[in-house]
Amino acid sequence: MFATQLSVFVENKTGRLSEILNTFSEHHIDIRALSIAENSEFGILRLIVSETERAYDILKREGFIVKKTEVLSLQMEDKPGALAQLVDKLSDAGVGIEYLYAFVSREDGGANVVLRLDDTEAAQNLFK
Amino acid sequence: MGYWDEKKETMSREELTAYQSEKLVWQVKRCYENVECFRTRMDELKLKPEDIHGIEDLPKLPFSYKKDLRDYYPYGLFAAPMKDIVRIHASSGTTGKRIVAGYTRNDLDIWADGAARVLTSVGLGEGDIIQISYGYGLFTGGLGLHGGAEKIGATVIPMSSGNTALQIQTMIDLKATALCCTPSYAMYLGEEVQRLGVQDQLSLKVGIFGAEPWSEEMRKNIEAALGIKAYDIYGLTEIIGPGVSGECEYQAGMHVWEDNFIPEIIDPDTLEPLPVGSEGELVFTTITKEGMPMIRYRTRDICRLDPTPCKCGRTHYRMMKPHGRTDDMLIIRGVNVFPSQIEEVLLGFNDGEITPNYQIIVDRVNHTDTFDINVEMSEKFFADDMKSIQKLENAIVAKLRSVLGIGAKVHLVSPQSITRSEGKAKRVIDKRTI
Ligand SMILES: [Zn+2]
Repeated sequence: MFATQLSVFVENKTGRLSEILNTFSEHHIDIRALSIAENSEFGILRLIVSETERAYDILKREGFIVKKTEVLSLQMEDKPGALAQLVDKLSDAGVGIEYLYAFVSREDGGANVVLRLDDTEAAQNLFK
Repeated sequence: MGYWDEKKETMSREELTAYQSEKLVWQVKRCYENVECFRTRMDELKLKPEDIHGIEDLPKLPFSYKKDLRDYYPYGLFAAPMKDIVRIHASSGTTGKRIVAGYTRNDLDIWADGAARVLTSVGLGEGDIIQISYGYGLFTGGLGLHGGAEKIGATVIPMSSGNTALQIQTMIDLKATALCCTPSYAMYLGEEVQRLGVQDQLSLKVGIFGAEPWSEEMRKNIEAALGIKAYDIYGLTEIIGPGVSGECEYQAGMHVWEDNFIPEIIDPDTLEPLPVGSEGELVFTTITKEGMPMIRYRTRDICRLDPTPCKCGRTHYRMMKPHGRTDDMLIIRGVNVFPSQIEEVLLGFNDGEITPNYQIIVDRVNHTDTFDINVEMSEKFFADDMKSIQKLENAIVAKLRSVLGIGAKVHLVSPQSITRSEGKAKRVIDKRTI
């Protein structure tokens, strides 16, 4: 299923990440999944949160640079090879993965994976 | 030590004034006839060339500005026909476009003469081997000193800048007796020479350094590290290039070649000329230059003129080291940089909407200027993937390099993280203590 991910600019400086995380906790926004891509100077914090629209508005209001991105969020069977199978399926269909990160769902304890794909439409047909 | 042109360099004040007056009248007339910008300003002041009888009338004349060189880019300020222009040089403008200067054959001679006088006054001449490690090209540093060095009959090594190891090897192998470069590069070369332990293999006697501010402290360090006497030289492309003024053997201020360039010191606020000896903004009038003459050009350099006699016997006033500017120009690694140039580049990457907040940080580490630009991240610059952001950052760096002529490190920082005072971000932090 498709989900909206929030991407936030984080300068690689002590305290910047906690500023963002504190903003969420102050406004009782639940972080479902999170990953960071970074170089020595800055990073991109990617989040799946409980109330995307509200979180987006709050971040903007607080002066953060934030973008919404459509990603694919899939639940996987929690068994060896599940992720490999998924990746194969995408590559067979010619869909490239820009990045992915995994998390464990709190509700059912199942393994989830978030994927950013270069061809969202093709992927949509694949996982209907 | 000798003179290059004893008659001119030791002219009495009376003779000099008479000479300047005659040349000024000639220059004003031809500028009025040939340069639209000047004519318009004269007309606005209801002044005719006939109203100018000598240098006592200099304060009546309108000022000229760096902005004029941009507004009349490229050739609008030339007073000689293009067929007589034999050389073009360029320098940074206040925005993306460079400013250009044109020289007639006679101008090149005046310029080389100025540099020759400086080189001679520090003891150089035939038999000397001068390594010129200023950049060659549109920049006036390399070819300016080159002209002077050839004129005095020295052997010229046109090294240009860069490749420190090769610079030192050349100096040693070719037995260079003099070095010309920026003072910060001289510091660096000095350190390398010390590190390699090759000072005793050098034949250097003197160094002539300019194009950026430097201190007495730096002078001492350079002199010790290279085993030389170090002298200051001054000039700017708008006026002609290095050799407008320079120090003599006494290292007590730079003699301004007043038979070619009349210096004035003005109050930058009231624009009134100040008595000789006062500190204020330096203004030059080129009275002999044909290609691109400048009448009362505001250099924006703050300094003082010393009219007292110099032990060397030269009568031309000495200008003390400029120690500030009346505008926001920075000199980084000898290159003139205006914050407005950086602003323009950043604006270009933001679809010309708004300029992202930025801050320029200049420092000096290991005697080399560091140049960093913090840019606040904006919606426009941000993307969900690192590749796109890095690509943008690289594009900004490349564009800045092509506009400024030197490299800057760009750092993308958090929005609102650049400190502001009264709502305005402080654009420049210059940590250099010179
Ligand atoms: Zn002197």
